[in-house]
Amino acid sequence: MDAVKRYFRSPAAVAGLVLLLIVIAMAISAGFFYPRDPLALAGRPLIWPFSNPRFLLGTDNSGRDIAAQILYGARISLLIGGVATAIAILIGIFVGAFAGYYGGWVDTVLMRVTEAFQTLPNFVLLLVLVAVFGSTLTTVTIAVGVVSWPAPARLTRAEFLSLRNREFVQAGRTLGMRDIQLILGEILPNALPPVIVYASVVMAVAILLESALAFLRLSDPNVASWGNLIGLGRDVLRVQWYVSAIPGIAILMTVLAVSLVGQGLNDALNPRLKSR
Amino acid sequence: MSETPDNAVLSIEHLGVRLPAGADRPHALSDVSLSIASDEILCVVGESGSGKSMMANAIMRLLPNDVTIDGGRVMFEGRDLASASVAEMRRVRGAGIAMIFQEPMTALNPLRTIGDQIGEMFSIHTELSKAEIGAKVLALLADVRIPDPKVAAKAYPHELSGGQRQRAMIAMALALDPKLLIADEPTTALDVTTQAQILKLIRDLQQRRKAAILFITHDFGVVAEIADRVVVMQHGAIVEQGAANTVLNDPRHAYTKQLIAAVPPLKAPPPRALSAENILTISGVSKTYRTGGFLGRGARVTPTVRDVSLVLPRGATLGIVGESGSGKSTLARCIVRLIDPDAGAILLEGNDWAKMTRENVRRETRHIQMVFQDPFASLNPRRKAAELVAQGPIVHGTPRAKAIADAKELFALVGLDPSAGDRFPHEFSGGQRQRIGLARALALKPAVLVADEPVSALDVSVQAQVLKLLAELRQRLGLSIVFITHDLRVAAQICDLVAVMKDGAVVEQGLAGDVFGNPQHPYTQALLASIPGGDFTRKRDAALL
Repeated sequence: MDAVKRYFRSPAAVAGLVLLLIVIAMAISAGFFYPRDPLALAGRPLIWPFSNPRFLLGTDNSGRDIAAQILYGARISLLIGGVATAIAILIGIFVGAFAGYYGGWVDTVLMRVTEAFQTLPNFVLLLVLVAVFGSTLTTVTIAVGVVSWPAPARLTRAEFLSLRNREFVQAGRTLGMRDIQLILGEILPNALPPVIVYASVVMAVAILLESALAFLRLSDPNVASWGNLIGLGRDVLRVQWYVSAIPGIAILMTVLAVSLVGQGLNDALNPRLKSR
Repeated sequence: MSETPDNAVLSIEHLGVRLPAGADRPHALSDVSLSIASDEILCVVGESGSGKSMMANAIMRLLPNDVTIDGGRVMFEGRDLASASVAEMRRVRGAGIAMIFQEPMTALNPLRTIGDQIGEMFSIHTELSKAEIGAKVLALLADVRIPDPKVAAKAYPHELSGGQRQRAMIAMALALDPKLLIADEPTTALDVTTQAQILKLIRDLQQRRKAAILFITHDFGVVAEIADRVVVMQHGAIVEQGAANTVLNDPRHAYTKQLIAAVPPLKAPPPRALSAENILTISGVSKTYRTGGFLGRGARVTPTVRDVSLVLPRGATLGIVGESGSGKSTLARCIVRLIDPDAGAILLEGNDWAKMTRENVRRETRHIQMVFQDPFASLNPRRKAAELVAQGPIVHGTPRAKAIADAKELFALVGLDPSAGDRFPHEFSGGQRQRIGLARALALKPAVLVADEPVSALDVSVQAQVLKLLAELRQRLGLSIVFITHDLRVAAQICDLVAVMKDGAVVEQGLAGDVFGNPQHPYTQALLASIPGGDFTRKRDAALL
């Protein structure tokens, strides 16, 4: 409860939360405002924003409503951000927990694997995965998750390394707890706060990774995503710049919102760091 | 109460320090008045939370941001420090008033040599040349009796022992000949023999340099050793002050009496009859740590426990006493198999614990349980108290509801309110947490309890209560206890048998009365002689008889 109070004391964190709620509201209300398929042709191509009341944000180069694509795109961005983050954090916690708790050769093996993933640039690995497994929404989401786990794994490992020799863990061992009870019941709950905070960074990066893929026209073309819209706008960037700029702003706002919420969580969960 | 002598270096008048809203009390200090003469050591005594450290920080104006001085004056050299400007304070700190901290390792910069850090005092405050500074640094290090000042000046903090680091800190504080030296628990983190040397050094320096010293401590033994005058603080207010002799021998305030009474007597209680049957037999246990080195090259080998053999008769308490690094904690962890010993046997209930498989240890662990040192680190902060106590039985198959119900009974047994089980560890005080730790260990109904410094992190008055509880439980439950401590006074109170450890080996063991009354080994004699306030305690004990 204290953490909640501390969170709402920071204006930046509250602003981030409001922004994030707006994005979520956009995703929820998409079907209500635009019951039709957002990828269906709606009118003349390349109508400028605010020039036609039917198309508030104008239309793109194939005559599809940008406003509808922005609302539906919020769903895709949140979906990819959320699911990919969950995948990355779960793999990360699993690898980090075992490496940190057991140490020795388990740690060596797991950390060398992690390093192998880290030395490859994220995006190159993502391109390879998408090239091999195709670019449906599911594969893109999983691929983004799979390239993002090393950092959470290292963070979890560091927390486990410092917690595993604490007296309360030793106390658990003298009580006769099994390793798995110690890992899940005693250490993990205490190791979690920094990992949760880091999840916001993973989420922001996941959204950006999907957009970058879409910009290269390697994301799923059959869904209305912000990245796809930016990719389309590339062809008319010099004159009808708004086609790329509007989804660009949406991405910027979402990533900003997630980062602010993450920072706010960090300050709320680690109050001592903040007063420094 | 606040007589201001003519030669007062510092006088505090009605000082108040306000805490931020939401703290446990509105004021850290309220209406504090005292003065220090230019040639005396004034001891400020109090338990944790009494505001004694806050007072030192208020004098130096080093208070946390949300803590403010809200009344009174701090007069130093005709100036009121409470209202001095930041620039003025900077000139006073170091040159006028210097400070020594509790933990010299964290107060020194680990990346710079000792000589460099002491020299910095001169380069900031004076115009001396490099050569002059170098000479002054060596003179200072010699003055604080560091062996081989030239080597020490070139050493990094981690290359010195704890006592030498504290000497270096003192040298740094004395560099600019301050009028007043504030020492905030400067010996608390040190071993008892080192503590005795540092106390002697401070006393010595005070007489040679004629500086005033404000010495903050929680230990009345230290007070008896060093103080000219004493100020006793409780809850941010001064409850009693006066000459050391008067306060120690004729305390007026109830709280002072309670604190002095809580200083443990030095003599062992009358010996109890010991059972002929040994419940725990340790023979030839060794543990060696190997660090670094790849494929055996350049590895460092540190024997931590060397060939230790001890016996614990059923129902008795065996004290294992030693300074830091003596291997006593490693031995305790070997006994409960948190650490696997390299050699030797640990016989308990017919099993050799040193050679059991990990899985068997896990299953048999209810026979032997451990109480840990730090009541703040040994309880999982995310579990409720009742759950913490019930964990052990649940792991070994007791249904959850029954285990929680049993936990409430254990709460009563260790003197806690059974309804407190729904609270989280941070809602308890240190002493209460240690009781929870004790209840957790007792939940499995062990035959042997291994207590690793169970009272070291507690205030003296709380220490006495927890020790009393342990003695009661021993009687009621027929417990046999292995009691690890660095504090001979604590060991003297509760142990039937005592073993003194040094560098991993037991140098002397026997009945507590014999070891304390007639120590044979020179190390034991040195330990006993180093206990702060030994003379005072002996005199008091004699008067009590």
